[in-house]
Amino acid sequence: MQRESKKPEDLMRLENIASNLKFRSSFLFYLRKFFIKKGFLEIDTPVLIRSPAPEDYINAPPVGGFFLRTSPELHMKRLAAAGFSKFFQLGPCFREGERGKLHNVEFTMLEWYEAGRNYEDLMEFVKEMLQYTIKRTCGKLKITYGKNIIDFEGCWEVITVKEAFLKHAGILPETAIQNNEFEIILTEKVEPNLPRNRPVFLSDYPVSLAALSKVKSTNQNVAERWELYLGGIEIANTYSELTAYNEQKKRFRKAHKNRKLNNLPEYPEDNDFFEAMKYGIPELAGSALGIDRLIMILTDSSEINEVISFTET
Amino acid sequence: MFSASDLRKGLKVEIDREPWIITEFEFCKPGKGTALYRCKLKNMLTGTTMDKTYRSSDKIEKASMEEREMYFSYFDGEFYVFSDAETFDEYPISSDILGSSVNFLIENSLCNVLMFNGKPIEVELPIFIEKEIVQTEPGARGDTATNVTKPAKIDNGYEIAVPIFINEGDIVKIDTRTGQYAERVKKA
Repeated sequence: MQRESKKPEDLMRLENIASNLKFRSSFLFYLRKFFIKKGFLEIDTPVLIRSPAPEDYINAPPVGGFFLRTSPELHMKRLAAAGFSKFFQLGPCFREGERGKLHNVEFTMLEWYEAGRNYEDLMEFVKEMLQYTIKRTCGKLKITYGKNIIDFEGCWEVITVKEAFLKHAGILPETAIQNNEFEIILTEKVEPNLPRNRPVFLSDYPVSLAALSKVKSTNQNVAERWELYLGGIEIANTYSELTAYNEQKKRFRKAHKNRKLNNLPEYPEDNDFFEAMKYGIPELAGSALGIDRLIMILTDSSEINEVISFTET
Repeated sequence: MFSASDLRKGLKVEIDREPWIITEFEFCKPGKGTALYRCKLKNMLTGTTMDKTYRSSDKIEKASMEEREMYFSYFDGEFYVFSDAETFDEYPISSDILGSSVNFLIENSLCNVLMFNGKPIEVELPIFIEKEIVQTEPGARGDTATNVTKPAKIDNGYEIAVPIFINEGDIVKIDTRTGQYAERVKKA
């Protein structure tokens, strides 16, 4: 074909990231294959929703009387209450104002739930899932990311938030929360010092950061929640899910109040979700994993826009 | 006031009554926690730099700056003197503030001068200026390639890279943001 004009910059960009997009496609194929082999159902829930889960620091973009979802969590839990026991979803989520090397307002989330499991079971599950998919897409389990080699085969480290804060910042996480410096210490002292040569689970969050997770049965001060770190980057958030109606109501009430105090847009309560909670959700664990960041790491990309075809936001 | 989510590279803010410009910016957000806005800042008066991290609830003062249109008048041997297009007030500006712009000043050209508390702190020249080439080696005959360059001097001795076909006496357009040759305006 005879070209009249110089190749537009956007097309050069796409040419440069073509191999990442091909990798992404192949990765998602094996990811779905893994879930289906494990007996999971793929179920899509709405992207445009009425009632986002209230959170202190996450905001849903408003659109024409609705909101774009920040996570599919509340709908997924309604599915669990209806009797679905193993199911997953891969799709877009949105978080207002979040853009940077590791953030894009629109991003792709993998979220899955399994009844009868707890957060520790999901450590094993995510390990098996990543080993299965990485072996088939990268052909090996030692992955170079920047200056480090992440070994997905050997030992995956589990470190509690308390251990990590004491070790790297010499402060208890509860004290850091009181001083309103939890996030600063986490990002400036803890995260940079987490091992980068193997996957790391940062586990057992202080109970005030439980979000939608269950308080640990053997230690009332912490929640059954972990975040997976690969190469120092946070990849996935996992809970033994809170199933107690009253406690859930209480946490949402507090979150709604905090949003009001901070002049953040208010959300209508999700009555269907609470009806489902009241009826009863079986014991289950769930995990949300940022697909774009995972692809970034596996393709040794330093910015999220290198693994997304177009970033409008 | 700016809120932390307004912060970005190039933004000018006021901290302890001094103007600072954000030179590097990184958005960072751990887990479900508050967003952090990591900035590297440069003091626009002294040139010193510092790191500062803001939380999403932080408010940051806008630098109370005013942009004035001024003509460059003359060089008094120490300062470059600009005169306000409206009030005709004269402002001597040092070469420190002008930086590489000193090479592209043209008498009576209209510039935007950024003022902080009545003091000029930044001068923005017209994007393109025209200058005569006063010295350059002749290029090979018939060579019209634009991707091959050679050095050339403008009247104040500043050297730029120009295409081979440019000759002494030609008038060329220079991009003052990059200090690079843009195109030939007039052949000698």
